[in-house]
Amino acid sequence: MHVRHLSVADFRSYTSAELPLEPGVTTLVGLNGQGKTNLVEALGYLASLSSHRVATDAPLVRAGAERAVVRGAVMQDGRETMVELEITPGRANRARLGRSPVRPRDVLGSLRTVLFAPEDLALVKGDPGERRRFLDDLLVARQPRWAGVRQEYDRIVKQRSALLKSAQPYLSRRARVRRPRPGAEALDPASEAASALHTLGIWDAQLAGVGSSLLYARLRLLRDLGPYLAKAYDEVSNGQSDARVSYRSSLREGTAARLAAGEVPEIPELHEEILASLAAVRDQEVERGQCLVGPHRDDVLLSLGELPAKGYASHGESWSFALGLRLAAFQLLRTDLGDDPVLVLDDVFAELDVGRRERLAAMVGDAEQVLVTAAVPEDVPAALAGRTFRVTLGSVEEVVADDA
Amino acid sequence: MYEGAVQDLIDELGRLPGVGPKSAQRIAFHLLQADPADVERLAHALTEVKARVRFCEVCFNVSEAERCRICSDDRRDRTAICVVEEPKDVVAIERTREFRGRYHVLGGAISPIDGIGPQDLKVRELLTRLADGTVTEVIIATDPNLEGEATASYLSRMLRDVGVQRVTRLASGLPVGGDLEYADEVTLGRAFEGRRLLDA
Repeated sequence: MHVRHLSVADFRSYTSAELPLEPGVTTLVGLNGQGKTNLVEALGYLASLSSHRVATDAPLVRAGAERAVVRGAVMQDGRETMVELEITPGRANRARLGRSPVRPRDVLGSLRTVLFAPEDLALVKGDPGERRRFLDDLLVARQPRWAGVRQEYDRIVKQRSALLKSAQPYLSRRARVRRPRPGAEALDPASEAASALHTLGIWDAQLAGVGSSLLYARLRLLRDLGPYLAKAYDEVSNGQSDARVSYRSSLREGTAARLAAGEVPEIPELHEEILASLAAVRDQEVERGQCLVGPHRDDVLLSLGELPAKGYASHGESWSFALGLRLAAFQLLRTDLGDDPVLVLDDVFAELDVGRRERLAAMVGDAEQVLVTAAVPEDVPAALAGRTFRVTLGSVEEVVADDA
Repeated sequence: MYEGAVQDLIDELGRLPGVGPKSAQRIAFHLLQADPADVERLAHALTEVKARVRFCEVCFNVSEAERCRICSDDRRDRTAICVVEEPKDVVAIERTREFRGRYHVLGGAISPIDGIGPQDLKVRELLTRLADGTVTEVIIATDPNLEGEATASYLSRMLRDVGVQRVTRLASGLPVGGDLEYADEVTLGRAFEGRRLLDA
């Protein structure tokens, strides 16, 4: 697929901008702070309903404006689909597909992008949350229905954590010896604790139900992703390393070891395992008032041979890993869906040494559409020559080949 | 900011659910221009609703007497109770005219985020109603969202413990008269799970 036209209104620094696009490579050049990334961010938002730079929508709307609009004309198999999102911070976004209003979630899947950005280094060096987000975003890109599952799971975790916090006074061992304050209504601690436990069981069941299918999907995704990653890592670093991914589960030890070894149990088994693991950490959960088991506590271990990447890999190796993960995602979507996602390389060439630059360029050159942003055109390898647009203070202009 | 009474009115209206500052202002000026008799009627309705309406002592639906109309209607089936979250759900089910039993309004759903646990709902009262064994079926009609489902599974555990003969849950699935293609994945998935054998 490719994007034929992107337009934004009141998005970040833009009052409005129109960007006509073609298959092949398009480069956006311009000094820092002129709005190159804002354009690719808009594109990414259309594809994933979230920004790769910020967690909330407020910064996306131009200062002083009430809402931002992003619209893209997406070409797939010779058919054009118009995708439009209206972003209003603090309110639900509004979406249109073609001419008809739809729920924002229904837009997912109309445009697929794989976005490389300087922030990707956090995939290797950052918190587990970064890696979980990578996996879950890829799940959604592969099958949009996971967006709903993910949302529901998050809600369950919130509800269950809230319950653990509020039930603490009745459940925790320390509390049981505490005497009721004089004058306070004497609650029967045993029955209060029983009722809190009773409702905790319900949330356990909800968490295991939705959590097991999310976990299953992640495990399968990681299994499919592994081979692509190893290959992409070697190509980008031009060597023979043994780059591996394995799942680091918060489930009890024996199961966690099986999952780390790459086993993918069926959903009913994972369901049972989550319940059993929850039971095993119950006391700790109650003491800490936190939900300690489930996909929201999991991580992906990236390793080179026997050594974990985090803390051991050099800067260059970390970059190879980050690029490897994105390239693997691209290859997976390409093979899976028989259609290229739109590749976006946001300011990454400036971060890489010449060797990695050239090899990355060679690997993505055959994608249906590639969007590159760079502060200086010289950073972009010659292999990715294409149309160039100059971005200056929120306006976009095509650069004719000879004065570039 | 407007002067005294007008601003007070706008502020009060703005606290109502679904009414923002702009709407509150519009309603306030509409009232200012309206016929005094109309406004009087509205004011009367507001005070009356607080003075006269209370909750049925049996099912906790809104009522003007100690018992609501449904609970005091002898023609209604005593053996079935339909459990709902809010009084407005009773109205919705009544419109179907499918159900001839009685209701029990919980007053919400279990939601720890909002600090609502079973003890804040009319669960104990429901168990009391079931104590004499007249009721043979409890239909759980809480909302089909996360909190409603959690409430339903809580209730089903409780009811199983007290030995109600039949505990049922409203079906989830496709809207009648709708198109399959417009159903979201979750609904469609549920509809698959709950599919029925066609009678030959």
